[in-house]
Amino acid sequence: MNVKSKISLSIVSVALAAAIGFAAPAQAAGDQKKPPRQSWSFAGAFGHYDRAQIQRGFQVYREVCQACHSLKRVAFRNLHEKGGPEFTEGQVKALAEQYEIPDINDSGEAVKRKGKPSDKFPLIYANDEAAKAAQGSIPPDLSVIAKARSYERGFPLFLLDAVPGFSYQEHGADYIVALLTGYTKADDPNWNEYFPGHKIGMAKPLNNDQVEYTDGSPKTVEQYAKDVAAFLMWAAEPKLEERKKTGFNAMVFLFIFAGLMFFTKKKVWADQPH
Amino acid sequence: MSGTSNFQSNSKVVNWIEHRLPILSFLDSQLHQYPTPRNLNYFWNFGSLAGIVLVIMIVSGITLAMHYAANTEIAFTSVERIMRDVNAGWLIRYIHMNGASMFFIVVYIHIFRGLYFGSYKAPREILWMIGIFILLAMMATAFMGYVLPWGQMSFWGATVITNLFSAIPLVGESITTWLWGGFSVDNPTLNRFFSLHYLLPFMIAGVVVLHVWALHVVGQNNPAGVEVKDVKRDTVPFTPYATIKDGSAMIFFLIFFAWFIFFVPNYLGHADNYIDANPLVTPAHIVPEWYFLPFYAILRAIPSKLGGVIAMFGSIAILAFLPWLDTSKVRSASFRPVYKVLFWAFVLVCIGLGYLGAKPAEGGYVTASRLLTFFYFAFFAILPFLGWFEKTKPVPASIADAVLAKNGGSAAAMAGAAAHSKS
Ligand code: HEC
Ligand code: HEM
Repeated sequence: MNVKSKISLSIVSVALAAAIGFAAPAQAAGDQKKPPRQSWSFAGAFGHYDRAQIQRGFQVYREVCQACHSLKRVAFRNLHEKGGPEFTEGQVKALAEQYEIPDINDSGEAVKRKGKPSDKFPLIYANDEAAKAAQGSIPPDLSVIAKARSYERGFPLFLLDAVPGFSYQEHGADYIVALLTGYTKADDPNWNEYFPGHKIGMAKPLNNDQVEYTDGSPKTVEQYAKDVAAFLMWAAEPKLEERKKTGFNAMVFLFIFAGLMFFTKKKVWADQPH
Repeated sequence: MSGTSNFQSNSKVVNWIEHRLPILSFLDSQLHQYPTPRNLNYFWNFGSLAGIVLVIMIVSGITLAMHYAANTEIAFTSVERIMRDVNAGWLIRYIHMNGASMFFIVVYIHIFRGLYFGSYKAPREILWMIGIFILLAMMATAFMGYVLPWGQMSFWGATVITNLFSAIPLVGESITTWLWGGFSVDNPTLNRFFSLHYLLPFMIAGVVVLHVWALHVVGQNNPAGVEVKDVKRDTVPFTPYATIKDGSAMIFFLIFFAWFIFFVPNYLGHADNYIDANPLVTPAHIVPEWYFLPFYAILRAIPSKLGGVIAMFGSIAILAFLPWLDTSKVRSASFRPVYKVLFWAFVLVCIGLGYLGAKPAEGGYVTASRLLTFFYFAFFAILPFLGWFEKTKPVPASIADAVLAKNGGSAAAMAGAAAHSKS
């Protein structure tokens, strides 16, 4: 490209940048506060869940969130499976038995029976209407919530999120931590710094010392929030470890294959000017 | 077809088949001896990459369809079951989900390659127009596929886009009702979208056959933009040269693709589509998939609904007229200093429109979208005149000359290589 065309191209680029740039202030007004970035064991190409952490997170879910939120896409047996909290089979069986599962008996009557590991977590409310009547607004099912929430990273950060070494997929988990720790107005339990519009139907659910941890982890809102967010990430993406491991193997294979192909191509073309 | 076949065999079986269906000599002429310009760069691999992605999409799609249920009550749940309970279901779904984006990345590069090197010019007009038709069919397929998981963006995207048809005067409302199979996007809509989403890729595959047929009649364009004059000096046989190069490009591309599948599988998607569709709750921003964003920005830039729809479809349709809008005798932008600037400006305009399409339609964003929409169409308005006043650089006499100029080699070396070329 010659100098003249380079100059004209620069002028065009500047004009475009200006056109988009003066649009930017419009965004600033409605801007949501960005959740702080947490460090997660499951982030990055070699990420894996921290068993102890998601076990604690499950405890928080069970003792606090479960009062209102269902987890209907997760089965008890999943808690035992590889790549998850990996509770023992016995633990999972005992846990399932504490739940009442609606079923139909042999004479066709609607009954409740003890849960089995193959059952899914039962609904908390029969339907959205019942949930709304009880809570004022509908508490969403938490099975995929960690993938169903995100926030805008803005230009140019959003581009970086896809780049190896900088990849960032944990927007949802970060948002949940921010949400649970974002009740910053002592006089208003329904004011949340990170919830869009700030007025949230869920009153501050977590307080210090609320959940008895047995492994000595701090009993603080921050710790609870992080643990339950990690657990919810697992609930939303139970195959994350398998995915990243398979991905690593696939990459090793592809890189070797690519090298062989590239040199074969060079060899084949060596006698041909091109 | 231009492929010269001197196919001969001593095998009785081969000759027996050849006399009844000359398919072996056909394959030999098209995939073995078919002459390809020797100066092609890696941008010429995106056509075969598109073909590979199409195959990947069809295979992963058929596998998904074995587990998917096209019913509004259970569609979302059936997708979550694929992610959780089906063996390697997460892999199949992430391949298909990201494969759609890969398809558009590859085809957009393929198209911009054509724009830069003037591949749409005579005698490749029909080849080019078939390509635009493929693009439209891909868009329809991708749009309907995105509706299938029945998340919030599925539902609201479908609602916004199908509603566009109501802008057609007089019959618009009836057409929209007909498309929906009811009075809103609902179960009948989901069902027919699934049916069509299964059908269209096979139609695309059929049209790709026409596309490649047309290609093999006129032959490939090349970075120098001059036609093949002497098959021996200017070209190399498809196999092994193009085969091994396409093969390498495929593996490089699969590395890129695998990164998305295994490490950032939800990067190109939208979080709202992990929320069950709910006709009573409208998402704060309804945003289509990234590959539609430039067109979405054009749609919203025009103040009237009908005008927006016309501008949006027009922005794609106008590409089909490019062979006649561009009046320059010179194909390749390498020898067109003004067109080269115009081309890169057009690329930036498309990226800018894509950015604006993701932003809410308010304030400065609307003004910027209008400006860039104007630039988008201005590109096509300037082209016809450019051919008259642009001072082009001298074009190489032949592909062989272009290669020689680049390598500084001797003509003898070229002739020698041609004589020894493996075939
Ligand atoms: C007393 C009932 C209750 C408890 C306990 C509760 N929630 Fe909620 N939660 C709600 C309600 C109601 C909403 C809906 C709020 C709204 O839409 O305004 C909600 C919303 C949410 C949301 C979605 C926010 C959004 O961006 O839309 C998340 C995430 C969430 N809760 C997580 C949790 C977690 C984690 C816990 C346990 C630590 C928990 N909740 C405990 C009632 C509860
Ligand atoms: C499913 C999508 C598509 C497939 C599978 C496909 C496949 C191919 C293949 C295999 C080639 C030959 C290799 C090459 O030169 O790159 C080719 C060439 C070509 N394609 Fe496509 N294509 C697709 C979409 C399109 C679209 C959308 C357009 C454009 C508008 C297009 C325009 C062209 C042109 C102009 C050529 C000839 C290029 C040249 O020789 O310079 N194609 N295509």
